[in-house]
Amino acid sequence: MSVATSQLTLAKAITSGLRHALADDNRVLLMGEDIGALGGVFRVTDGLQKEFGADRVMDMPLAESAIIGTAIGLAFRGFRPVVEIQFDGFIYPGFDQIVAQLAKLRYRTGGAVSMPITIRVPYGGGIGAVEHHSESPEAYFAHTAGLRVVTCSTPQEAHVLIRQAIACDDPVLFFEPKRRYWTKGEVTEEITDAIPLESARVVRDGTDVTLVTYGPLVATALDAASAAASDGVSVEVIDLRSLAPIDFPTVEASVRKTGRLVVSHEAQLSGGLGAEIAAGVTERCFNWLEAAPARVTGFDVPYPPGSLEEHFLPGLDRMLDAVDRVLGRPNSLTGWTE
Amino acid sequence: MRSTMAGHDPREAEFLGQEDFVQLVTPAGERIPSPGFDPWVADVTDEQLASLYEDLVVVRRIDTEATALQRQGELGLWPPLLGQEAAQIGSARALRSDDFVFTSYRENAVAYCRGVKITDLLRVWRGTSHGGWNPYDVGMAVPAVVIGAQTLHATGYALGCAKDGVDSVAVAYFGDGATSQGDVNEAMVFAATFKAPVVFFCQNNQWAISEPVTLQATRHISERAPGFGIPSLRVDGNDVLAVMAAMRVALDRARNGDGPTFIEAVTYRMGPHTTSDDPTRYRDRDELEEWAAKDPISRLGALLDSKGLLTDEFTARVKARADDVARELRAGCLALRAPDPLTLFDNVYATPHRGLDRQRSQYAAYLAMFDGGAE
Repeated sequence: MSVATSQLTLAKAITSGLRHALADDNRVLLMGEDIGALGGVFRVTDGLQKEFGADRVMDMPLAESAIIGTAIGLAFRGFRPVVEIQFDGFIYPGFDQIVAQLAKLRYRTGGAVSMPITIRVPYGGGIGAVEHHSESPEAYFAHTAGLRVVTCSTPQEAHVLIRQAIACDDPVLFFEPKRRYWTKGEVTEEITDAIPLESARVVRDGTDVTLVTYGPLVATALDAASAAASDGVSVEVIDLRSLAPIDFPTVEASVRKTGRLVVSHEAQLSGGLGAEIAAGVTERCFNWLEAAPARVTGFDVPYPPGSLEEHFLPGLDRMLDAVDRVLGRPNSLTGWTE
Repeated sequence: MRSTMAGHDPREAEFLGQEDFVQLVTPAGERIPSPGFDPWVADVTDEQLASLYEDLVVVRRIDTEATALQRQGELGLWPPLLGQEAAQIGSARALRSDDFVFTSYRENAVAYCRGVKITDLLRVWRGTSHGGWNPYDVGMAVPAVVIGAQTLHATGYALGCAKDGVDSVAVAYFGDGATSQGDVNEAMVFAATFKAPVVFFCQNNQWAISEPVTLQATRHISERAPGFGIPSLRVDGNDVLAVMAAMRVALDRARNGDGPTFIEAVTYRMGPHTTSDDPTRYRDRDELEEWAAKDPISRLGALLDSKGLLTDEFTARVKARADDVARELRAGCLALRAPDPLTLFDNVYATPHRGLDRQRSQYAAYLAMFDGGAE
C-alpha cells in the first residue's frame, strides 16, 4: 500500500488539514474574516469556500467577540466551529468570550455542554510587520482553565495537529507560527500515528543541555544546537507542541539526563511559559539540576517596530549565550551585577 | 408592526413618553383594543388567562420564598424579579419546547416556564453549582453572568437552527444595562446580516444596579434596533397579554425566515438588584409607588374580575398552589449539600488532561491525610 505524501508549506499543510476536517465531518464550519473568496490573509483557507460552500466556510463581520460568541452558540447546537483570528494582536476583543464563556461552559453546565471549538491564531514576529501583527499571546490562554493550547513547527505536525485539535471535544487555541508558514516539508495525509494533543517531542537528542521551545523558535533552536555541536556541546531540543497542558514527563526525562535547562519563547519574559517550565522542572527534578534554569525570551516591552525586532526576538546567538550560562562558561552576564 | 423609527423632529424625544408602547390591558385591568396585536392573542381563552395569572402568582411566591431563604442564610445571594413577572411569563409562555433560550441571571420565571425543576433554580445561589440544570433538557442555557455575553450565543444558536433547516427560534433575554455592551450590539449586527432566527428580548427594568436607564440610552432602547436593520417593538412589560402578543409576532417572523426582532419590554425592578443591594441609596419612594400602581398581577386580576373569574375559590386555589411550590422550594433548598470535594476537578475538560489529573491526585492525597489522621 502506498501512502500519498507531498511537499507542502506549513500554511498549505494546515489548509489540507482543514479540508480533511470539513470532508470528514459535516458539522465542521470555518468562521473568520476574509477567509472566503480571499482565502484568508495568509491564504490558509484558500479554495475551501469554493469547495465546501459559503454556508460552511463563512466570512464573518469584523467583530472578534461576536465571531467567537456565535461559534459558542453554534457549538451549543452541535456544530464544530473552527475560527480564524486574522492576527495575534486582534484576539483581545474576543478575550471575554474565550476566557469567560468558551473556557467555562463545560464546567458551568456540569459537563452537559461541549465546546469543540478550535481558534486558529497566526502568531509571532519576524516578518517586519506593523504593530499588533507580531504578538505571542499564548500565556494568557495557557493560564485559563478549560482551554487547551497547541502550536506547531513543521508542516507534517501542523497538518496532523490541526485535525486533532478540531476533533477534540475541548476548546483548543491553535497558534500558527506565521513566519514559518512558508517552510516546506514532506506531508503524509494518512494519519496512521496520531499525535496526542498533550505530547512534546524531542526533535534533537543531546546530553549536555536541554533547550525547550515551541512554534517559530524550534527551527532557531535546531540551528543553535548545530552551532553548539561544532563547539563540542551537545544540546537536546524539545518542541513542546502543547503549551497547556505541558508535557512535563518528556521535559523532565531530558533534564534528568542533561542537568541543564534553557527555555526560549518569543513572548515577553514575565509570567510567560518559560516561568512555568522553569518552576515545574525545578519542582520535579531539583536534585538533577547542575545550574539554575535560564530563559531566553522577548523583553518586557510591547512588541517593537520592525526595524528593532531582531533585538527583541530570541535568535541563535542569544540561545547559545544562555547555553554558555547554564554550562558555567563565559557569557554575556559574566561579571554582571545588579 | 408598530414602528419605533425616530422622526426628524428634535423635540420628538419629549413626547416619546413612557406610555408610548403596545398595551392590551391597562393598569386598571381594562382590555383595550389594538387592531394590530389583537389577532395575535385572539386564541387566548379565559382558562388560559387564568393559567397566566396562576403563573404570575407562583413565580412571585418563588421569588418571595427565595428572598426569605437568603435572609435566613440559606442562600448566598438572590436576584429578585419582583415586578418583572409579566415580561418573563408572557414571553416564555409563547415559546415552543424546541426553541432555545439564553438568559441573564434574573430570568427565574422564564426558567419556571421552560420546566426547570424548582430546586434547580437555587443551586447557583446556594453555591453548589455554577448552573443548575442540563440546558438540553429544558431548551434553556444556564444563566450568563457577564452582562450581554449570552446574546451572541443566542445568535450563533439561531444560525445553527437555520443551517439545520428547522424553524426553532433562539431567544436572548437581557436588560437595559446590557444594551450598552459591545456584545449586544455585535449580536444585532450578526443577526441582521445573517438574518438569524433570534429574538432579542430586552427587559428594560429602568435600573442597572444603581444606574438609571437614562445613563444607558438617551432615547427609547427599542429605537436602536432599526439602525441595525432589525424591526423593533416597544411593549408594556407589565401587561402579560401584550408581551405575549409581541413575542408571538417576533417568533412568527423568525420561523418564517424573516430574521431577528427586537422587543423592549418596559417594566420595573421593584426590588433590589440582588439581596446584597440597597436601592434606598439611589432611588426614591415616589417612583416605586408609581410603578406599584402598574403591577402586573393586580392588573390581570382586575381583568379576570371584570369577567367574573376572580372568584374566592379560584384565588384560594392559586394561593394554595403557590404555597405548595414555596414549600417544595424550601425543602429542596435545605436538602442541597456541597458536592464531594474532588468534584471540583470534574468537567473542566472533556478528555483526560495530564496537568489537571496530577493536581487532582495530589489533592486527593492531601485530603486523605485527614481521614483517620488523628491517630
